[in-house]
Amino acid sequence: MSGTVMISKPTPPRAVFRIWRGDAGGGTFQDYPTAIDQGMVVLDAIHRIQAEQAPDLAVRWNCKAGKCGSCSAEINGMPKLMCMTRLSELNLDMPVIIEPMHAFPSIRDLVTDVSWNFAVKKQIKKFSPRLPDAEDGTWRMQQVDVDRVQEFRKCIECFLCQDVCHVLREHHKHEEFIGPRFLVYTAALEMHPLDTADRVPDLKNKNGIGYCNITTCCRQVCPEGITITENAIIPLKERVVDNFFDPLKKLFHIL
Amino acid sequence: MAAPDILWQNGRFGQTSRRDKWWLEPLLVFLGLGAFLAYANWAAFQGKYYTAGPYISPFYSPEIWGDSPHAWFHGRPSWYPSFLPFSPAFLILWIPGLFRLTCYYYRGAYYKAFWADPMACAVGEPRKSYRGEKTLPLVAQNFHRYFLRLSYIVWFFLLIDAVESFWFDGHFGIGLGSLVLSANVILIAGYVFGCHAFRHLVGGSIDQISKHPVRHQLYDCVSCLNSRHKKWAWASLVSVGFSDIYVRLCSMGIWTDWRIF
Repeated sequence: MSGTVMISKPTPPRAVFRIWRGDAGGGTFQDYPTAIDQGMVVLDAIHRIQAEQAPDLAVRWNCKAGKCGSCSAEINGMPKLMCMTRLSELNLDMPVIIEPMHAFPSIRDLVTDVSWNFAVKKQIKKFSPRLPDAEDGTWRMQQVDVDRVQEFRKCIECFLCQDVCHVLREHHKHEEFIGPRFLVYTAALEMHPLDTADRVPDLKNKNGIGYCNITTCCRQVCPEGITITENAIIPLKERVVDNFFDPLKKLFHIL
Repeated sequence: MAAPDILWQNGRFGQTSRRDKWWLEPLLVFLGLGAFLAYANWAAFQGKYYTAGPYISPFYSPEIWGDSPHAWFHGRPSWYPSFLPFSPAFLILWIPGLFRLTCYYYRGAYYKAFWADPMACAVGEPRKSYRGEKTLPLVAQNFHRYFLRLSYIVWFFLLIDAVESFWFDGHFGIGLGSLVLSANVILIAGYVFGCHAFRHLVGGSIDQISKHPVRHQLYDCVSCLNSRHKKWAWASLVSVGFSDIYVRLCSMGIWTDWRIF
């Protein structure tokens, strides 16, 4: 039996990216089918779409290494860094939905205005160290004392935790609640072995820690793997309990 | 701090772009906790079949007032209102019940599964108003550590029960029930002593823990348990329910305790 074997050039795999296009006034989703290559991350696909189909597509990015926290977005409904989300992790049989963060004002397309966060940070009591331990104006700390706060210093301020927190995202309590990012920031200061300032009354009254109902969503989306809920927020809630809800501990020093 | 002008508002209940099975975990929690609550209430209202030989159900221990040989005082307390149904479990079960109700893990779990607040991360909620744990009634969650302190005591009596479960008519022995009650007291210890509030009380409140070496060691141990608090919470919930079922079945004669030694 004889015949002709047809060999066609293999077509590169393709995927559809359903991207939110719009600004502060509103917007809509547009589909962008595009070729994909092995090893690509979502941000690579966005750059390819920008280069080949939508040069006016707005996206904020910088390091492409998961360290600058610029390319935060929502990929298939979950807050993620676009540069750290591999296409191989996603189901490409369906359009990949890419949206800007919902908890902040939209500027354009995938870019949001996160300046509210910087204003919140300024309101938190600054680091206030005790008097220096040595005459040369330096301090001495044990490593075990700083171990706990070092975890919090890994934060890259991508604000994904702020975005997923339902207190901000769903209930828009921006005026009363500082969000998980700044509870982590407060924890880093409050638990610091040299710090002398007391931020606990602010946590209860100004910063709205009572709004947190421990969904652990912030911890689940943190690209740095900071144990936000268990190591920062709950210990701060317990400090609020020490000050305002537990006279027995103060009176009898009991466990 | 002035609120920014957010475009994404007034989402519908359940609205999300998530493509994964986000509904599965809250559904399993709803079914698991719902089944336990239904069984625990039924078992507490029975008021009988809660002891079998040296075994006593953890739902009924310590039995302060009751009719079994394990009871400290016989009968029903005189101060207890006569028009209310009585069971020895009513005097005890509220302690572990409120401890679990105010537990940080369970709070996060049942707010999602029973109150959809939110049902899952980045999923639209049914209600637009929200007060969190800032005001009554949920501000009372801050009293978790009081129930923790009472739970130390209840756990201590469960430990005594586990030890006594190895004594059959004055002789040492090992029954399957002895192992069930011993496993239960170990799993409850993992849950109670891995509690977030306990972690804070033993060392979390101290910023220079290097000056307290004993508490530092304790803090590390509790932190280790705490990192798996969710697993301890579920394992101990299942074990406490199973222990009651085991003792109940033995007491009713449906199951004969297997004596290993």
